[in-house]
Amino acid sequence: MSETAPTSLPWVAAAPHIASKRSCRGIMLWVVVALLPTTGWAVWNMGSVAAWLLATCIGSAMGTEWLWNRIARRPQTLGDGSALVTGLLLALTLPPRTPLWMAVAGGIVAIALAKMLFGGLGWNLFNPALVGRAFISISWIGVLAGVRPFPGGWYNALDVPGTGDLDAITGATRLAIAAADRAADGAYGVDLTHYYAPLFFRNLEGSLGEVSAALLLFGGALLIVKGIIDWRIPVGYVGTVAVLSWAFGSDPVFNVLAGGLLLGAFFMATDYVTSPMTPLGRLLFGCGCGLFNVVGRFYGPMPESTTFAILFMNGLVPLIDRWLSPRTYGWGRGDA
Amino acid sequence: MSPRRFRGGIHPPDHKEKTRGGSSARIGVPERIVLPMVQHLGTPCVPAVEAGDVVERGQVVGRAEAMVSAPIHSPVAGTVIAVTETLTATGARVPAVEIAPEAEQDWDRFVPLEDAEVVHTVRAAGIVGLGGAAFPSAVKLTPPQDMPVSTVILNGCECEPYLTCDHRTMLERPGRVVAGGRIIAEAVGASRTVIGIEANKFDAVDTMRSAAGGSAEVCVLPAHYPQGAEKQLIRSVLGIEVPHGKLPAATGALVHNVSTAAAIADAVEDRRPLMERVMTVTGHVARPGNYLVPIGTLVSDVLAAAGGTVGEVARVIVGGPMTGMPLAGLDVPVVKATGGIVVFAQGEVAPAVLGDQPCIRCARCVAACPMWLEPYVIGIHANRRDWDATERYHAIDCIECGCCSYVCPTSRPLVQLIRRAKHMLMERGSKL
Ligand code: SF4
Ligand code: SF4
Repeated sequence: MSETAPTSLPWVAAAPHIASKRSCRGIMLWVVVALLPTTGWAVWNMGSVAAWLLATCIGSAMGTEWLWNRIARRPQTLGDGSALVTGLLLALTLPPRTPLWMAVAGGIVAIALAKMLFGGLGWNLFNPALVGRAFISISWIGVLAGVRPFPGGWYNALDVPGTGDLDAITGATRLAIAAADRAADGAYGVDLTHYYAPLFFRNLEGSLGEVSAALLLFGGALLIVKGIIDWRIPVGYVGTVAVLSWAFGSDPVFNVLAGGLLLGAFFMATDYVTSPMTPLGRLLFGCGCGLFNVVGRFYGPMPESTTFAILFMNGLVPLIDRWLSPRTYGWGRGDA
Repeated sequence: MSPRRFRGGIHPPDHKEKTRGGSSARIGVPERIVLPMVQHLGTPCVPAVEAGDVVERGQVVGRAEAMVSAPIHSPVAGTVIAVTETLTATGARVPAVEIAPEAEQDWDRFVPLEDAEVVHTVRAAGIVGLGGAAFPSAVKLTPPQDMPVSTVILNGCECEPYLTCDHRTMLERPGRVVAGGRIIAEAVGASRTVIGIEANKFDAVDTMRSAAGGSAEVCVLPAHYPQGAEKQLIRSVLGIEVPHGKLPAATGALVHNVSTAAAIADAVEDRRPLMERVMTVTGHVARPGNYLVPIGTLVSDVLAAAGGTVGEVARVIVGGPMTGMPLAGLDVPVVKATGGIVVFAQGEVAPAVLGDQPCIRCARCVAACPMWLEPYVIGIHANRRDWDATERYHAIDCIECGCCSYVCPTSRPLVQLIRRAKHMLMERGSKL
């Protein structure tokens, strides 16, 4: 009667029988896509140094993961895409002339120490790329400080009053210039509004990922629209930074645009594994990152405090999750 | 009071367009009817016939001998071939009565139910929750004394993707649905009747509104899975939660499926027992649609009536794709609570996941859980067999809706893990 119907069926599995199309790899690829404009613009402006740095970080991160799995005799995990994202993000936190051996070390630390040692994807407490970046910046402060600013960087050409002197003092980013000016009670008379445009469109001091705030905002917006990241983290983060810098008497726009803040707020703090699980928790987490970022910027030893602000908040995530564990339907306070 | 959306849930593609348009057609007389003695939650029925007996349509072939049970009637005139056993869709082997129907059936004739008051009639008609729960309806019509029912909610949400049988029932038999609602409300002394319908069934909303007149309110709810789950429906319609460990009746609400309501009206007004039902046959079949199917028809025969399957079949399920049962073979009978048969091709079904996938803490399961649980945590603890921890995270409150598994980007088998935890906890004596 039913010759077209098979009598035994090859796949029998439990409900639900359908699943959303969103896979782990798909999510990671969206993150990569969102970072492509920034990455491309960095390579376009900085040339092969940037390309080599990117290739080295990604290769080091992915190679480390492959080797770890190989040695531990575990199934390979490169297919989930997370090592690729870690390598890419690590590269974007480094200045273009970072010695490649340092990039290799950063990639190894990011994957081996910060991720695989914790049990692999999903088990790490701290963002791997940021651990890699922190490792580099702590271990080789001197080396990094000696990395010459990228030639053609705009701030030489911009002729902002006072920056000539500052150049000699710091040889570094606009953030450092602003910090020095603050420390001197504005003695250098730096007008931060002059920095808006370069920071927004084309900035060659600082790391690869700081090349253009506009492109980072575009990528971040893309991830929010695509439902990959929760807007609460970057909005809480950036909002807190803006409000607090204003309260501290600094320029909020400059503080949002400068340094690795936008990269951190949209792409690092939003890392699933190392951020909270509830909407309120995420908002709180974002605000906490912003708070420590500003405090670090204004009172810390280094103006580049994004890395440590996020890592510190990463450490609080288990507490936030436990504290804000959702109330189960039908338990306790009802709406009745 | 305007309906509120419950927090959580998902929006899977509904795939209802193939079947919601056409009216339900009765399938031809199948070659055999297999009636499992367990088609409901509760005590199994006892066969009331022997091999060789001639049975009439509507005759009792399985007697209910307990309070929580529901008798089983022959949907056809025919001869009992055997009192035997059958596999059911759940994979269980249960006692069954097998009947060879006569080739010609007079569908308008049946053995009417004896005159009795409403609750007895509903019990004698063998009516169970047709939305899939299969709980004997008569039991729900006698709520505990200390829990007066003030609102009857008729569940016309049909939030499971693919299924449209409740939708068709509302369009084709709106009067019966309304009558069933009135009968239920009178039986339990409720003053208010609400028909909850998802907004994607606008035609059913209009039809039910005009059928109900002033006797029931039609409440349009957002199309959102699992809108039709009892606890979520009560929350959406009344804005209150069913307290943990309590019956839904504790909120003063009583929920019945719209098709169940229509069956109750059939029983009370026509003295008609539950013998057949409308079910959705869809997916990769030649003629997807809704069919009026005698209970006990084999799945293979139902599929044949829909023109047979088309192309390479990956999985056949009874029920909806979120909670339905996968079939190991097609020679199992459809039962009272079978709302649909869905045929999937490869690539449409969730991938079979081998090995333990990592949780990337994306929080999608937390956002999707309509019980506001943290499925990822329960899953991790269940993996470690730390049942105490699963209890702390209220695993027992899980309604097994499948939202968490649906959204998980690493395809963790969350529902299975949580179900396992629930079993362990119930064995230890934790109460639902
Ligand atoms: S935990 Fe249970 S109730 Fe929550 S989404 Fe998963 S299956 Fe549904
Ligand atoms: S949906 Fe899956 S990966 Fe995401 S938090 Fe839940 S269990 Fe983890």
